[in-house]
Amino acid sequence: MIREITIGQYYPVDSVLHRMDPRTKLFGTMVYIVSLFLADNVWGYAVAALLLAVVIRLSRVPVSFMVRGLKAILFLLLISVSFNLFLTDGEEIFRVGFLRVTWEGVRMAAFMAVRLIFLVMGSSVMTLTTTPNQLTDGLEKSLGFLKKVRVPVHEMAMIMSIALRFIPILVEETDKIMKAQMARGADFESGGLIQKAKSMVPLLVPLFISAFRRATDLAMAMEARCYHGGEGRTKMKPLRYARRDYTAYAVYAVYLGVIVLTKFV
Amino acid sequence: MAIRVEDLTFIYNEGTALEQRALDGVSFEIPDGQFVGLIGHTGSGKSTLIQHLNGLVKPTGGKIYYNGEDIYSEGYSLRQLRSKVGLVFQYPEHQLFEVDVISDVCYGPRNLGLPEDEVRQRAEDALRLVGMKEKYWEQSPFELSGGQKRRVAIAGVLAMNPEVLILDEPTAGLDPKGRDEILDQVEKLHNARGMTIILVSHSMEDMARYAERLLVMNHGKKAFDGTPREIFRHYKELEQMGLAAPQVTYVVHALRERGVDIDEDITTVEEARDALLEVLQRA
Repeated sequence: MIREITIGQYYPVDSVLHRMDPRTKLFGTMVYIVSLFLADNVWGYAVAALLLAVVIRLSRVPVSFMVRGLKAILFLLLISVSFNLFLTDGEEIFRVGFLRVTWEGVRMAAFMAVRLIFLVMGSSVMTLTTTPNQLTDGLEKSLGFLKKVRVPVHEMAMIMSIALRFIPILVEETDKIMKAQMARGADFESGGLIQKAKSMVPLLVPLFISAFRRATDLAMAMEARCYHGGEGRTKMKPLRYARRDYTAYAVYAVYLGVIVLTKFV
Repeated sequence: MAIRVEDLTFIYNEGTALEQRALDGVSFEIPDGQFVGLIGHTGSGKSTLIQHLNGLVKPTGGKIYYNGEDIYSEGYSLRQLRSKVGLVFQYPEHQLFEVDVISDVCYGPRNLGLPEDEVRQRAEDALRLVGMKEKYWEQSPFELSGGQKRRVAIAGVLAMNPEVLILDEPTAGLDPKGRDEILDQVEKLHNARGMTIILVSHSMEDMARYAERLLVMNHGKKAFDGTPREIFRHYKELEQMGLAAPQVTYVVHALRERGVDIDEDITTVEEARDALLEVLQRA
C-alpha cells in the first residue's frame, strides 16, 4: 500500500535521456517551463506538445507513469480551471446564477490546464530519467559558482542527497513497522480523527527511534571514511558533457526560438 | 489441516519495469502442531511467504486456507486471523514503543478488545513464558539489552495467544547464549502447548535440531519439502541454492568416504557422537 508513494521515482531503463548529463536535463526542464509561460497561443502550445511527445518517446518510460504524476495536481488543476472559467471578463456564452462563462474564460482555462499538465509532465520526465543522486550532483555543479559568495553548496547538496536516499529507507521501515503492529492487531484505518491519531503512536515512536539510529550510524560511517566536507573532495564519476548534451543544448536554443516566433503568428 | 496454501503467487510492482516475482506457484499444507523450518537464500521469498500466512499481504494469485476457510474471502476477519497466527518479524525489538515493558506487551491483547484484567493477565503470562523477570516489567523497553528487548517483542506476540507462531530469524544478531535461550523457549511452547511453529532461519544446525519438517524456497518456488534428514541428503543441490547442510553432515560424509561405516543421514552433533561411539565399540 505504502509502496505507491513516488518521490524520486526513477524509472530504470536505458535511453538517451537516461544517459544524458543531469545538468543538461535540469537546464532543459527550466527552458521548458519558461517556454510554457512564454507561449500565448495555440501554435506555441502545439510546439511544446510536440517536443514533450518526442522527449517522452525518447525516454522509453511508459506514458502511464507520466500521467500518474498528474493525479497529485488534479485538485489544483480543477480549482485553477474553474476560477479561470468563471471569473474572466469578456463575451458571455451563458450564465448559471451569478456564474458567467465567457469565451475568454474558456480560452484562459484551457491554456492554464495545458500549461499545468505540461509543466508536471515535463518535470516528471526529468525525475523519471535521473536518479536523485545524479540530480543533486548536477545541482551542486551547476550552482558551484555560488561557492564564491560563501554559499555552502556542497553541504546543501550532501544534505539533499542523504535526505533523498533516506526516503525509500524510511518508507520501507514504515511499511515494516506498520505490518508488525498490524500483526499485533493494530488498526490504522477505522475510527475518528482522534482515534486515528492515537493509533499512529505505535508507528511513529519506533519510526523516530529508527531514524535517529540510522542517522547516527551514517554519521559514524561517514567519519570513519574521513568525510570532512567538500574541500578537496573528488568524484568517482565526474560530470562531463558528451556530444548528446551539446546536441540537446542546440535543440533548446532552436526550440526557444520557435516558441518566441509563434508569439508573432 | 491448519494452514493450506494453494498455488500462491505474488508479484511486486506488477506491470512495470520494476516487476519482481517474489512467489511463484507455492503450495503446501501445515497440520496442527508441526514444527516447520523455512529456509532459502536471501530474497528467495521466505519473508513474503510468511506475511501472506496472516493476511498482511494480498496475493497476486492463489489461495490460503486457515482451518478450511479462505482467508481472503469476503467477510473473513483478518484481525481474528492475526490473533490466531502470530507473526514475529525480523528484529522485532524495533517495533517496541511503550513507556514500560508490560504496557508494550499489553498492546496486542488490548487490540483484541479483551477486558483490562485479562489483558494484564495475558501480558504477565507471556512475559513469564519468555523468561522476563518481574523486576524488568516496569522498566522502559529501550533500557534493556538487545536479547531482552527481543524477548519482550516476542512476548508481545505471544500475549495474543496464537495457535500458530511464525518467527522470522528470531536469533539474528544475538549472542550464542541468547540464541539458544530463545530457541529453547520456542521449542518449549511447541512441546508444552502443541503450538504450530514456523521458523525462518539461516542456521542449518538450528534447523536440524528443532524442525520436524523443512520447506526450502528457491527463487520464489518451493524447492524441497521433507524431514531435515531427507532434505540435507540433497546438500549438493542446497549449495547451488546458496544454502548448505549442517557442518556435521559434511564431517559424516567425509568419514564415509574414508571407509567409516556410519549413517549418512546424521544431521546433529549428538547423533554423530552416538554413531561414532557405536562404530568405535564395534571395532
